[in-house]
Amino acid sequence: MSGLLINDISMRFDLPNGGHVQALKNVSLDIKSGELMSVLGPSGCGKTTLLNIVAGFLAPTEGTIELNGQVETGPSPERGMVFQQGALFEWMNVRDNVSFGPDMKGVSRAESKEKVEHLLEVVGLQDFKEKAIYELSGGMQQRVALARCLANDPDVILMDEPLGALDALTREKMQSLVLDLWKDTGKTIILITHSVEEALLLGERLLVMAPRPGRVHKEYRLPFADLGVGNDLREVKKHKDYAGTREEILEMIWNMEEEIMGRTEESA
Amino acid sequence: MTGLLVLVLYIGAFFGSFFIAKRVFKSAFEKKGFNRLKTVTFGDESAITANRVASVVSVITVFWLWVAFTNSTIPLPKMPGPFLGDTSFTYTVQLEDGTTDEAVVSVRVYREDIQQTVDESGEPGREPDPIEVEPGEGFAKNDTLTVARYAFKVVNVWKNDEVSKKEGSKIITINGQPIEPGGEVKTDDGTIRLTEKGTPTFEPAKGLRMARLYLPAPEVVLQRFFWLNKEGYQGYTLFEHTRFSLQRVLLGFFFGALIGIPIGYAMGLTGWARGWFDPIVEFMRPIPPLALIPLVIIWFGIGELGKVVLLFLAALWIMIIAARSGVSGVAISKVHAAYSLGASKWQILSKVIVPNSLPDIFTGARVAMGVCWGTVVAAELVAANVGLGKMIVTASKFQLTDIIIVGIIVIGVIGFAIEVGMRKLESWLIPWKGKI
Repeated sequence: MSGLLINDISMRFDLPNGGHVQALKNVSLDIKSGELMSVLGPSGCGKTTLLNIVAGFLAPTEGTIELNGQVETGPSPERGMVFQQGALFEWMNVRDNVSFGPDMKGVSRAESKEKVEHLLEVVGLQDFKEKAIYELSGGMQQRVALARCLANDPDVILMDEPLGALDALTREKMQSLVLDLWKDTGKTIILITHSVEEALLLGERLLVMAPRPGRVHKEYRLPFADLGVGNDLREVKKHKDYAGTREEILEMIWNMEEEIMGRTEESA
Repeated sequence: MTGLLVLVLYIGAFFGSFFIAKRVFKSAFEKKGFNRLKTVTFGDESAITANRVASVVSVITVFWLWVAFTNSTIPLPKMPGPFLGDTSFTYTVQLEDGTTDEAVVSVRVYREDIQQTVDESGEPGREPDPIEVEPGEGFAKNDTLTVARYAFKVVNVWKNDEVSKKEGSKIITINGQPIEPGGEVKTDDGTIRLTEKGTPTFEPAKGLRMARLYLPAPEVVLQRFFWLNKEGYQGYTLFEHTRFSLQRVLLGFFFGALIGIPIGYAMGLTGWARGWFDPIVEFMRPIPPLALIPLVIIWFGIGELGKVVLLFLAALWIMIIAARSGVSGVAISKVHAAYSLGASKWQILSKVIVPNSLPDIFTGARVAMGVCWGTVVAAELVAANVGLGKMIVTASKFQLTDIIIVGIIVIGVIGFAIEVGMRKLESWLIPWKGKI
């Protein structure tokens, strides 16, 4: 059985004062191999917690994660991760960062060279492989992070607001790059974002989560990701359903935020 | 008094040179580069750059003050100096019956540091011979006196006179000016005082310059520097004293880092190690290394081992804390990223934690080297056979101020060189520091 199975996950954090926070409650998802799923929700809805559980950095209080039929209990190279701030190793140059995964597995540089060079070309950094990380712009650093993740050939790529820190123009270019990589590599991608537009463009499946307790509120199947592959994303935004879906989701999240505010006031 | 004058001159030089330099070196006062376009610079620290003219004048000022207040041979404007050479004064003796007679005291003033100078034949200088004088007429006979600068001497005028104090004779004038016992008469060349018992003393004029004992002239210190390199002091040349001190610092620091860094990593990585070492580190860290000197001497003696152990202890806690904070400074996302790229625990340590902690370890190393250098000198002051601290403390016992100053300058220069060297090493090894 191929794909990622999130099996009735619950996550409860105990607080020092004796109370607790239900970060996730009974979340179940079946993500097929090669699927591109974006996750959206107001802050505090547990989306980053969910991603950390899938990556294996946190163990859920209930439920399991299965990848290709195997129950996963810790981090592994099959589930690659791209962080908001790159989390690159600044003591290595671009090429060494990208070949970090193969290096760790003991693959010789000669063997991994071709793949690393290819990936650097894919993300458009072939001329920067000898550069130090701190010499790159934020967008370039995220390209390195993408290439580093791909060099390990993971089954699933988890992205935690990978484009959140970039300026609008760079962000749009990177969105195209993510779409192209998705189509070319056929990887399963789960992408967490704060931006409704990004979630629409980068999700054939879009998950809206709700807080307190963190849960899946609504799920969409969208055509925009497929349309966007190889195309101008601004053209995609002119699609007849785009604006309507965006407004619907925005309204949904807006209401959730209002509700949170209301509850805070009540408890205050 | 002199100190106040130095302070006034120094403050005067600070402001005076500012107004002069502002006219002479106009370009040094212009804003450079982008700062030229900034209209607000007062309060914007980043717009302030060190004025290099000020730095140069500052160093020159200190050097000039040094020259001006010592008996230096360097041709710079100097404070009035002490009297040197031959002079004389006359005194009048009155007998009980009212008869008076005059006599002359010829005074020869010589350098107070004559024994530390060398004449043409390479022999150390010695006290000059007294001036030969004719006894002269009358019952008061002419006297001769030899006295060093900055000193004073009693002139036993009665010794060769035909009368004595017991017979009721007394000195009533010096250079024609009346004087009582306990009084004084000043001349350009010195001060003549009468003791309470009426015997004259002569003190050559001191001027405002300091005696060699208090502050040797720059060229004297420089000569001493070369002499120390050639002849050595206490059986070792200056280079050897320096080498011993440096060797102790490097050995102590090396072992401190060798033991401290792994302990720091262990404290950052395992709860057992943190619990184990926390009480020790927290207890030992605030103890100044100097307070450990007595115990270290009792345990390890005053030889090399004791010094190295002391410096090891000085460096150890600093390096432990540096390595520990290096581990805690690793962004968790980097560790997560490395794990999901398939790194093992060992690879996390060697490929992520160690390189990521290098900036903290380097900061710690810089502090530790500075502390070690300060501690070694202090330890040598307490007990040592060789070393810069030993050199200056022994020199102080023999009042060889020039050796002390050479020692202090060498200690300062080496401490500065260590700091600069560590910074260069840092920017070479950790080019990413402060850029992420």
